[in-house]
Amino acid sequence: MMKLREKLDQLKKPFAKGSKWERFAPAVNAFDTFLFVPNHTTHKGAHIRDAVDLKRTMVTVIIALVPALLYGIYNTGYQYFIQTGEAFTFIDAFLHGAMKILPMIAVSYGVGLAIEFAFAVYRGHEVNEGYLVTGLLIPMIMPVDIPLWMVGLSVAFAVLIAKEAFGGTGMNILNPALTARAFAFFAYPTYMSGNKVWVSEASNVDGVSGETILGSLASGAEVNYSMFEMFSGAIPGSIAETSTLWVLVGAAILIFTGVGSWRIMLGSVLGAAGMGFLFNLWGANALMDFSWVNHLIVGGFAFGVVFMATDPVSAAQTQKGKWIYGILVGVLCILIRVFNPAYPEGVMLAILLMNVFAPTIDHYIIEGNINKRKKRSLKTAKVQTA
Amino acid sequence: MSIDIKIRKGLQLNLKGAAENIVKQAPQTNNYALKPTDFHGVFPKLLLKEGQKIKAGEPLFFSKYQDKIKFVSPVSGTLKEVQRGAKRKILNLFIEADSKQSSIKHKLPKQEDITSEQVRELLLASGNWPYIKQRPYDVIADPDRSPKAIFISAYATAPLAADFDIVLDGQQEAFQQGIDMLGKLAPKVHLSISSKSDSFLSTIKNCDIHRVNGPHPAGNVGVQIHHIDPVNAGETVWTVGAEDVANIGRFFLNGTYDASRTIAVSGSPVAQPSYYKTTIGASIDAILKDAEVDQSIPIRIINGDVLTGVSVAQDSHLGYYNNNLSVLPEGNRYRMFGWLPFVGSSIHSMSNTSLSWLFPKRVYAPDTNMNGEERALVVTGEMERVFPMDIYPMQLLKACMSEDIEKMENLGIYEVAPEDFALIDYSSSSKLEAQAIVREALDLMIKEVG
Repeated sequence: MMKLREKLDQLKKPFAKGSKWERFAPAVNAFDTFLFVPNHTTHKGAHIRDAVDLKRTMVTVIIALVPALLYGIYNTGYQYFIQTGEAFTFIDAFLHGAMKILPMIAVSYGVGLAIEFAFAVYRGHEVNEGYLVTGLLIPMIMPVDIPLWMVGLSVAFAVLIAKEAFGGTGMNILNPALTARAFAFFAYPTYMSGNKVWVSEASNVDGVSGETILGSLASGAEVNYSMFEMFSGAIPGSIAETSTLWVLVGAAILIFTGVGSWRIMLGSVLGAAGMGFLFNLWGANALMDFSWVNHLIVGGFAFGVVFMATDPVSAAQTQKGKWIYGILVGVLCILIRVFNPAYPEGVMLAILLMNVFAPTIDHYIIEGNINKRKKRSLKTAKVQTA
Repeated sequence: MSIDIKIRKGLQLNLKGAAENIVKQAPQTNNYALKPTDFHGVFPKLLLKEGQKIKAGEPLFFSKYQDKIKFVSPVSGTLKEVQRGAKRKILNLFIEADSKQSSIKHKLPKQEDITSEQVRELLLASGNWPYIKQRPYDVIADPDRSPKAIFISAYATAPLAADFDIVLDGQQEAFQQGIDMLGKLAPKVHLSISSKSDSFLSTIKNCDIHRVNGPHPAGNVGVQIHHIDPVNAGETVWTVGAEDVANIGRFFLNGTYDASRTIAVSGSPVAQPSYYKTTIGASIDAILKDAEVDQSIPIRIINGDVLTGVSVAQDSHLGYYNNNLSVLPEGNRYRMFGWLPFVGSSIHSMSNTSLSWLFPKRVYAPDTNMNGEERALVVTGEMERVFPMDIYPMQLLKACMSEDIEKMENLGIYEVAPEDFALIDYSSSSKLEAQAIVREALDLMIKEVG
């Protein structure tokens, strides 16, 4: 280990302060700090520090994403083989999925990190780890057949417009991963909706109907999946969103480690369940009749609520605000699903909309705190003059 | 009267090398120094030249912008050297103590009919005034203002902090006298003690006693003020360190300036962590040797506790306000893949991404490694966990960073001091320097609002 460290220090010399390549130090440090937690010591403020850092926090999210990703890879192959009718094994399905999805992840990380590194060098700060999560999320919420260049373009749009334009990590209003998806959704609608995009190579297989459940409902068609299939995720859909089961495993990791806000997750589930229940009572059409329990397990609801709505930067930041934000995400998601068949998947738009409103929610909660302080001040002033 | 305050948010860190209940006399030294940098915001104007003789309690310098506040020598001897740093800023006033001590004696009026004005004048003239600090701004109290109350915390919760039951042991008379005299300066005096304290502190008269219980920062006077009688815009409260109350008391008993200090020497490299009776400004070298500090490893010596103290050199001197002398191993080392969750759980973490929560009673021996690098603020809700005030810490810090004075006022800047943010420094996953941010913001407020 010390040998490796010495070697690295040797390699880093040209990037040291005052040296020729100083400007590119953030790019080199980004790799170095993944091998070693640096030897920096405290120089002001508290002399001792907690073991947690942003890298550890972000890597925890990635670990939470892995179960859903692995299932998504398998399901991609599974959906393909049952459509074509070929005999297949678990390994076949997994390999087929991996062949499709790994290039998407590579493109997402390649394009996104290139932009992040460029901005870190340009702004002279270290590379933030936030993109490690965003870069994995983006392919996970895309349809499997989307061309790689569209993935790259969506990533570039999301990182540049949704994140760096606002000042980089920690400053963005919208969740970058969802912005990438929304960009692809509105820019290339034919690749992002319909019945030919959700199953791998469906457009090359005749007579296949790879409609998502929400898509079928919106177009008034029958839904032929059992509740167990919806829950386990053996249904067509965006790559990693289909399995509520494995998303819940991720949720458990996020909640246990405290990295994801359970308030937002629970709030969203309550909001969606409540709204779904109300529509069930009303029951004017097939979408309203769709059971509130099923609403929670189909589409991207579970994935969006666990991994997207809980993004701490774009969500509400106060505790009370997190509850309000979470509940409204749930309510809006079901509202959009039921009332706007043009957008069968409501959770993406619901979260983006609430991202925009999150600062307003926080504003009023903090305003409450400010008013309390002002009132206290007036009260003591009165006592003094009396 | 006893009122209970229960604090729930915070963190009780158990660190290796806590001072044992042994009080020793510090080794003799004739090497003293007063550091003007201990008095935040004070521009020292020297009254003496190098080589001049001084008595204990004789003014060395005064504050340029508040010339009533005098800073006096803790011992009698010779002003040996004035050490200056960049821009001729005075860093140290080295004093060589005489073998026989002599002090300036002040004439005291009769105890019974001493007036508020006399107490104020005597404290200023005798050099006792710097013991009194004020909120807002956490600087030496402005003698031209009257506080709505004076707060004293005799409850220390910081990691490895000195226990005031031990520090104040045997100083009951002086402490009561100090409380009585401070009571002349403000309508109310609040004394906070540990809910578990069984010392004389619970029998002190002429003040409101608050029994406080909870994890750090429950012992911070700022947290106590917030729960007892918060500072509103335009109001001032004063705070005095617990041992400084006894020093003030002794002055009013004897008429001479008293710079006694009982310090807890603690930390994992200290073989014999214990309490030492010494004097403000005394050389720490001999004390460290007596406590058998491990010199074979790189260490950091801190005037104060490990969260808020000031790093000093081995041949340096005790600070003005601290009851702690903490020693930590330096953390100048790399850890391979140390960022992986659940790896390296021997380093404490408040976050559940480490397994250290499984061992709540475990005693840690932290070093000074940052355990990461500074990053943008991403995680929310973690600051609130260690900030037991009805204030939004992250929003306040952001207002401080953007120097938005109106927002800072609204969000409660008048109630806080840098030390209240020490645990945010500690626990922030973005490695935010919250104490430094708050200090700069308070300095800005002094300049803009006054």
